[in-house]
Amino acid sequence: MAALSEWHGRLEETALAPVRRTGLRYWALVAFLLAVIGWGAYAYSVQLRDGLVVTGMRDRISWGLYIATFVFFIGISHAGTLISAILRVSQARWRTPVTRMAEFITVVALVCGASFVIIDLGRPDRVLNVFIYGRWQSPIIWDVLAITTYLTGSITYLFVPMIPDLALFRDRLAGRTSRWRGWLYRVLAIGWNGSAAQRRSLASAIGVLMILIIPIAVSVHTVVSWIFAMTLRVPWNSALFGAFFVAGAIFSGIAILIIVMAILRRAYHLHEYVTEKHFVNLGFLMAAFAAIMIYANISELLVHGYKLEEGVEFHFRQIFLAEFAPLFWFYLLGGLVAPIVIALLPATRNIRGMVVASVLVTFAMWIERYVIVVTGLHVPLMPYEPASYAPTWVEWSLLAAGLALFALLITVFTKVFPIIAVWEVAEDHEAMVGAPGAARRAARPAALETQDV
Amino acid sequence: MAVAGISRRQALKSVAAGAATTAILAHEAVAAATTPPRKHHWGMVIDTQRCVGCEACVIACKIENMTPPGVFYTVVTREPLPGSRNDRPVFMTKPCFHCEEPPCVPVCPVNATYKRPSDGIVVVDYDRCIGCRYCIAACPYGARWFDFGDDFQFLPAAGDQVSPEYKQYRVRTPDGSPVGNVRKCTFCLHLQDESGEYDRSAGRWPACAKTCPGHAIIFGDLDDPESEVSKILRERNAVRLKEELGTEPSVYYLL
Repeated sequence: MAALSEWHGRLEETALAPVRRTGLRYWALVAFLLAVIGWGAYAYSVQLRDGLVVTGMRDRISWGLYIATFVFFIGISHAGTLISAILRVSQARWRTPVTRMAEFITVVALVCGASFVIIDLGRPDRVLNVFIYGRWQSPIIWDVLAITTYLTGSITYLFVPMIPDLALFRDRLAGRTSRWRGWLYRVLAIGWNGSAAQRRSLASAIGVLMILIIPIAVSVHTVVSWIFAMTLRVPWNSALFGAFFVAGAIFSGIAILIIVMAILRRAYHLHEYVTEKHFVNLGFLMAAFAAIMIYANISELLVHGYKLEEGVEFHFRQIFLAEFAPLFWFYLLGGLVAPIVIALLPATRNIRGMVVASVLVTFAMWIERYVIVVTGLHVPLMPYEPASYAPTWVEWSLLAAGLALFALLITVFTKVFPIIAVWEVAEDHEAMVGAPGAARRAARPAALETQDV
Repeated sequence: MAVAGISRRQALKSVAAGAATTAILAHEAVAAATTPPRKHHWGMVIDTQRCVGCEACVIACKIENMTPPGVFYTVVTREPLPGSRNDRPVFMTKPCFHCEEPPCVPVCPVNATYKRPSDGIVVVDYDRCIGCRYCIAACPYGARWFDFGDDFQFLPAAGDQVSPEYKQYRVRTPDGSPVGNVRKCTFCLHLQDESGEYDRSAGRWPACAKTCPGHAIIFGDLDDPESEVSKILRERNAVRLKEELGTEPSVYYLL
């Protein structure tokens, strides 16, 4: 029993460490990210002053990098749902230590994604018109509804399972931290004392939430795809789009989660809890989704390519041979085939391999969104020369700022909130240690841990 | 609590159903009373055999509507017909088609673009448009343009530019509408009189049709059997672009 309490103490210390100590490197990172965001703010001020003419968008290709980035961020927000809800429903215990990180990513990615829609508007000062004059026939209104619902839901779903950990922070840091932190944890822990009744309510609340959040998440990316699919544009004319976007969303969400896991594991010494097993399992999941994406691509391309109608011919030429060919081939080979190969080869089936695969997938999925948006508008509607589009420095700067905002919000979150679900990890550990035959079952992860540390 | 054999549940159901029916009927009645009846169906017939590709319509339109660089309510395309035996270009001037079933209208998230019930002209409310450009993606004819904020370079100060569009006479400023809004052909509706009539003899006629030296752009009321457009449509074979989409354009072409 002494071993267990020692283990427990170590877990709490690890969870509390980011809040207790803040190194110089943290502040350097925050300063760097703030500088990038500041540069983005300057670029946006130029755009506000001179209008969208400072972007590369023009009359025919009137959506570009901003909308692609919006779709990308909404996509990676599916990390949280997948890990915490789907794996929770399927009772995959290994996911427990990384749930919290996944839920952080969801909330932060939604905030970043939504801001790119506003950046894209010609009159951002009128964004509230969407609520005042909203017209239900418009897929954009469906999107507003879906994303606000998802944001509310995912904040709730982040918060509720965190209550016992917030109570832990409240108790452990009482009087030993700044006043605002003490106040914050006291308020957010909403009087948690770990009584049996409270535990029961918590379990049933999580049970309801994890079921509810799945259809909401699926609806969000489906509706995002419908913005495109509801128009009379040839490359977007697909009933597969909803499912294709949802699969792509989960795919990129896993990739971002693996990257965030790798960074936080190293920064906060989580080697005991976030092990190679997590990376490999998520890598397998990512490979499975890569296979789904390959299937969806073949289905989509073959159905349209076999008939090769007029606009489709132009579209196929641009993605396979002409302007967008390098991007599209990178997406197919580097983003879809490579992750499967990396996960299958024993030599690369390790943390480093999975991180490399995730970086490839992240790039490829941003590129996929970009290619979908721009090529969709690139196919000429009338007999005239196709227009061209290249993002300007303003657009690239705002993309950089968006990514920096994402990183900054995650960074700040880790300093305020518990980054591992302490009580759930402990519960799983106790179940494993306490159960008959536990020693045998515990031996495996322990072996992995020692190998890994 | 069953009164005359009707349970509480049944009673509630009938009340709810009755309320819903009343609401729907009331909504219909209000819509019928407030929607003005259709008076005209403005449209065009464009004779490609008469068009020489001079682009006078493009210039006339720009001057009439004071559109900034990069915004053209009409353009002239010059490509051979697909499948034709020679490479002789067909000139086509292409304004907004003011479709009877416009795909650009339902996608607008804020109801800023709509088809005028009285005469079928598709318009943009510059005071409401948020500039999301979804209607541009939705229009299958590329008839919508976004005011990206580009400005005149060889004319007097930007603030001196006044556009008569929608009879609003907006002075162009860098941060006021229509900068940041979607813009489109309005069939020069600012030239209509109070009762919504054009007058060709008085020069109150869409600028492109008024200017065309070859009389290739014929404008008129498609609902009026005596109008020039109606007569031509009766006598000659006209086509509409992308008829298969079901958009029902109000602009016809003679090939």
